[in-house]
Amino acid sequence: MDCEGQKLAEQLMQIMLLSFAVIAIGAGYITASFQTMILTYAGGVVLTTLVTLPNWPFFNHHPLKWLDPSEAEKHPKPQPSVNVTAKKKFTSI
Amino acid sequence: MHSFGYRANALLTFSLTILAFMCAIASLSDSLNSPSPSAQVQVLNINWFQKQPNGNDEVSMTLNISADLQSLFTWNTKQVFVYLAAEYDTPKNSLNQISLWDGIIPSKEHAKFLIHTSNKYRFIDQGTNLRGKEFNLTLHWHVMPKTGKMLADKIVMPGYRLPVEYR
Repeated sequence: MDCEGQKLAEQLMQIMLLSFAVIAIGAGYITASFQTMILTYAGGVVLTTLVTLPNWPFFNHHPLKWLDPSEAEKHPKPQPSVNVTAKKKFTSI
Repeated sequence: MHSFGYRANALLTFSLTILAFMCAIASLSDSLNSPSPSAQVQVLNINWFQKQPNGNDEVSMTLNISADLQSLFTWNTKQVFVYLAAEYDTPKNSLNQISLWDGIIPSKEHAKFLIHTSNKYRFIDQGTNLRGKEFNLTLHWHVMPKTGKMLADKIVMPGYRLPVEYR
C-alpha cells in the first residue's frame, strides 16, 4: 500500500465502523431486539475487515516513485575508506 | 496503517471500543422507559400457626399473588427476579423482612401472572411476636439488563394481620 492508500484505508475503516454502529443501534432499538444490534454490528465488522485489511489495488493508485537504477549510478554512495580513517583516530586516544 | 498487522490491530481495538460504547448507549436507553407495574396479594388461608420446639413462631399460609410487570421489560432486559417479602417490626428488631416466595420472569409474555401457592420459604420469627401481628407484604423486583446497571424497586401492600391465637 502507498501513503495515500494508507490514509484512505484508515479513514475508510473508521467511517465504516462508526456508521455500522449507528445503523446497528437504530436497527436494534426499532426491532426491540438486542440480538439484532449485535448481529448487524458483527456483520459490519466483517465487511470492514474485508474492505480495509487486504492490500487491494485501489489502495495503490499513487505509488511512490523510486529512483531509476540508471539515475542511481550517477550519484554513488560514499566510500567506506573515509570511515576507517576516522575509526583509527578514535582508537589512538 | 503501514502493514497488515498494524491495520488488523487498529481495526480490532477500534471495533471493540465502539462495541463498548454501543452497550453503554443501550443501557442508557433504559432510562427512557417509565414503568407502571401493579401487584396484588390475597392471603387465602392460614394453614397453621405454631410455636416451634426451639421457641420461635412459625406460620404457613396460602397466597394468591397477581402482578403485571410487563412495563418493566425493555429491549435491554434479560430477566426480572421478583420476590414477595413479609415485613413487620418487633421489640427486638425494628424491621423484619421474610422472603415468602420468589421467581424468575424470563420474558415479557410471562410478566403478567397469577400464582396460587403456599409460601415457598418458611415464615419463622425470631421469637414469639407473631400473634395478632400486623404486617406488610412487599413485592420486590430486580430488573437484570443484558448490559448495564441492575435496578431494583418494590410495591408495598399494607394491611395484613395474623391470627391472635395459635392454630
